[in-house]
Amino acid sequence: MAGTGKAHMRQDGDKVLEVNDLVMNYKAGRRTVVSAVAGVSFDVLRGETLAIVGESGCGKSTLGKAILQLPRPTSGSVRLGGDELTSLDDSALRAVRPRMQMIFQDPISSLDPRLQVRNIVDEPLKVWGRGDDAEREKKVNELLTAVGLDPAVVRDRRPWEFSGGQCQRISIARSIALDPELLICDEPVSALDVSIQAQILNLLQDMKDRFGLTMIFISHDLSVVKQVSTRVLVMYLGKVCEVAPPDALYANPAHHYAKALIGSVPVPDPRRGRAKATIEGEPPSPMNPPSGCRFRTRCPAATDLCAQQEPELREVAAGHFVACHHPNPR
Amino acid sequence: MSDNILVVDDLHVSFSSSRGNIQAVRGVSVSIRLGESIGVVGESGSGKTVLSRGIMGLLTQNATRTGSVEFAGHDLSTLTRDELRTHWGTGMAMIFQDPMTSLNPVRRIGSQIMEGLTVRLGMSKEQAKSRAVELLERVRIPDPYAALRKYPAQLSGGMRQRVMIAIAVACTPELLFADEPTTALDVTVQAQVLELLDELRAESNMSMVLVTHDLGVVAGHTDRILVMYAGQVVEAAPTAELFANMKMPYTEALLKSIPRMDLPSGQKIPVIAGRLPDPTQPEPGCAFAPRCQYATDKCRTEQPPLVDMGNGHQYRCFFPIGGGR
Repeated sequence: MAGTGKAHMRQDGDKVLEVNDLVMNYKAGRRTVVSAVAGVSFDVLRGETLAIVGESGCGKSTLGKAILQLPRPTSGSVRLGGDELTSLDDSALRAVRPRMQMIFQDPISSLDPRLQVRNIVDEPLKVWGRGDDAEREKKVNELLTAVGLDPAVVRDRRPWEFSGGQCQRISIARSIALDPELLICDEPVSALDVSIQAQILNLLQDMKDRFGLTMIFISHDLSVVKQVSTRVLVMYLGKVCEVAPPDALYANPAHHYAKALIGSVPVPDPRRGRAKATIEGEPPSPMNPPSGCRFRTRCPAATDLCAQQEPELREVAAGHFVACHHPNPR
Repeated sequence: MSDNILVVDDLHVSFSSSRGNIQAVRGVSVSIRLGESIGVVGESGSGKTVLSRGIMGLLTQNATRTGSVEFAGHDLSTLTRDELRTHWGTGMAMIFQDPMTSLNPVRRIGSQIMEGLTVRLGMSKEQAKSRAVELLERVRIPDPYAALRKYPAQLSGGMRQRVMIAIAVACTPELLFADEPTTALDVTVQAQVLELLDELRAESNMSMVLVTHDLGVVAGHTDRILVMYAGQVVEAAPTAELFANMKMPYTEALLKSIPRMDLPSGQKIPVIAGRLPDPTQPEPGCAFAPRCQYATDKCRTEQPPLVDMGNGHQYRCFFPIGGGR
């Protein structure tokens, strides 16, 4: 794909987050630059869940962290509510931090092994001075109950005493402690078994309904994001391929990459046959991305045009945008 | 039967630990035919990994194993570790779960592949090198000569898993255990790796045991499936029969918890409430009873026997879905 363009940006609506032309480059060696995120724009409305999907190395986690200014992006703009995060100085940025929180992929290593669960969940409240000891203790108990843990049982235990799924519940409790406007979940279930994965996905849905959260849900697995998202953004090698509501994307993937991702998901039904390896190989190095459309080297429909000209996002159906010169017919 | 490559009878594996005696595998019997592909499915802690390690004899010091394992006519349960070693690589091989940590980080890819070839098959260094290049080509690693000189850290996760496969199949084993071979990989790479395993299996009539928590992964790549729960096989059937005619409520719950792409978005996924039972204190009745929506008092107090439906389909349940036989 992958292309540029802002056709998918919305004019009105209550935008919690607006990202414009975000670029994140890393230096690798003296002359080489890794172009991890190469000009991505999108917006997230209040109450929406935007899923960001792509293979390892497509820049989806870098994008998530760049929104949080961890580290600050190379260029581009990130607006949270009315605040332009990229122009805030460190102390002003710190004041904004409680409004955006993150849940990480590895539930066990993202919790401090030496702290008791109550201290882990209490830490953000304590740092930001939300209430006295008694109030905070009440809040911690409420949060633990909300994520399906029994405070009386878990309060005094430490992370290693819990399974991956339970640790992820603790992470979720911690992340919503400050009532953030925006919650970024980076592969929150990919380290979990399918049975536990379903529990955590449902819990995130509950939390969203209950606390009015706006979420960005980052994953490599399209089957996981279908249930939880209201809009899906497919990324490839630092660029946006396709943006669509989930039902439209799964029914009619316009981009060849999105189609390949959907086709790779194993279907638990032997009559439907096996998931075919729909694309060969792995993405090229972001140190030396292909010209034009970045997906052309693996794309079954690539032509000379794709090497010469980068496709721009355009609308192929209401709310369904694709950056491809030769999209799949509808 | 002579066409069985592996016959396991009443295998028990337990570990002594500070928490007590962990009963990881509790009486599993299974036979695998030549060229057959078997899926072993269950949640973390169901005993599926310990089962395959127990069969191969790759258990830790604190493990106790009882029951018999007969591999290609040899009774493995009576062998010493050194005698057992002669079957590893050439007879049985294993692809381990985590491609990030299963390779030696300070040795080049080439020497790790060639080790089995020189030690087991007695090849010279030159022979082993050219075979290693063939193997890397076979698992579709671009520029195999350059890859021989690389260290694991220089390869992506998908590439490392391909190297693991190349090492496992280097000595053309008759039986390959693949323990969650694709869990750490992207879906696109997962599809490629599973297809590669199918090809290798077809080429040399190798038997395979594919261990995974995802029923979706085994659906298209196995002839038969064993569903494990709390150290026991709770349902076993030919793949098509299992999906068409599921008997065990646990199997059904496991299947339903997979996110479905063919359902509209915004729906809740049915979950299996609760957790696996404590492995140090097995339930007196059906191990799944505390989490089962159909459980009765009988389920909680009495062990359900293994019911054989006669068509290769077995299950352990008093109240199977769709009635018993």
